Amino acid sequence: MKVEQDVLQKNDRLAAENRGWLRARGVTAFNLVSSPGSGKTTLLERTVREAGLPATVIEGDQATDRDTQRIRAAGARAVQINTGAGCHLDAHMVAHALEDLDPERDSTVFIENVGNLVCPALFDLGESAKVLVASVTEGDDKPYKYPHMFRAANLVLLNKIDLLEHVPFDADRFAAALREVNPRARLLHVSATRGDGLGAWYGFLRDRPTSA
Amino acid sequence: MHELGIAQQVIEIAAERSGGARISRIVLEVGKLAAVLPDALRFCFEAVSEGTPAAGAELQIVEVPGRARCRSCGGSVELERPYGRCACGCSDLDWLSGEELRIKELTCAPLADATANTITTTTMTTS
Ligand SMILES: Nc1nc2c(ncn2[C@@H]2O[C@H](COP(=O)(O)OP(=O)(O)OP(=O)(O)O)[C@@H](O)[C@H]2O)c(=O)[nH]1
Ligand SMILES: [Mg+2]
Ligand SMILES: [Zn+2]
Repeated sequence: MKVEQDVLQKNDRLAAENRGWLRARGVTAFNLVSSPGSGKTTLLERTVREAGLPATVIEGDQATDRDTQRIRAAGARAVQINTGAGCHLDAHMVAHALEDLDPERDSTVFIENVGNLVCPALFDLGESAKVLVASVTEGDDKPYKYPHMFRAANLVLLNKIDLLEHVPFDADRFAAALREVNPRARLLHVSATRGDGLGAWYGFLRDRPTSA
Repeated sequence: MHELGIAQQVIEIAAERSGGARISRIVLEVGKLAAVLPDALRFCFEAVSEGTPAAGAELQIVEVPGRARCRSCGGSVELERPYGRCACGCSDLDWLSGEELRIKELTCAPLADATANTITTTTMTTS
């Protein structure tokens, strides 16, 4: 029997519903992806304190609520999704989290995905943009090694640039690799701990049209 | 890895379509640029199909080559991996094929009858 059905159709449909839900509230959502430990939570802690945007956070984590606690301590409301053995968030989980979170009109929602540069690339959550956080301790060839995720990203933040002088990371090679894999992505150099480049990141957040 | 979740989706969709009848074969199109490894998918499929109507079914994976059009010169580009360059030097490519991840066809056996038969006359369209 002929079937002709996309395997990810269900997720894509739910993601489209999330997108509509967010748009109806004027909420802009960012899906933050990275390998484990690139600095997503550190960046978000600082962003909720400094960016001057009403923001809430959905935290995806396999097992703990540590990142959620960190975000709350930084002063923002946060909802936790534990994926258990799952290695990524999907649109269904995010739909429930959005209902719990109940973000106010015209606010910003940050979704911290599970630290993983492979699986989250396949699962649209309904976000306005994907932000990939890479860091200089991971090597400058990352775009070639995880092309799907880098290709899906609208913005790449190269984090931990305060460590550039201590690690053999060639920022030009990284930029060239990114251009080859995804010539449309924007690239910003930041340090979530020292604060470099965060003004440009906050500018990106403010400029972002609702549900692009 | 995500191949596990994908295998579960494949089985869920196949079981829905077969109406619970035992499934003997699933034809799945997997694009060369889709972030899915056929071997890993097969392995997961065997593991999670146990106890479902798809248990023991053959998973036939049809690979779809990656093709793109250059956004600068319009030239066509064959892609072996999820990035590449047109002969003109441009890497801004519009992907035409290679991202497929879709169930094309099912072969099932009615519950009462153990012999498998392919029903190709009934065409169901949902997507
Ligand atoms: N030197 C330096 N360290 C940083 C920077 N940003 C984050 N870190 C450190 O990197 C480590 C991991 O940071 P997290 O913010 O927890 O990273 P994460 O991406 O949220 O990690 P997971 O949620 O586990 O994937 C912590 O020790 C941070 O202090 C930075 O800009 N510079
Ligand atoms: Mg974190
Ligand atoms: Zn060209």
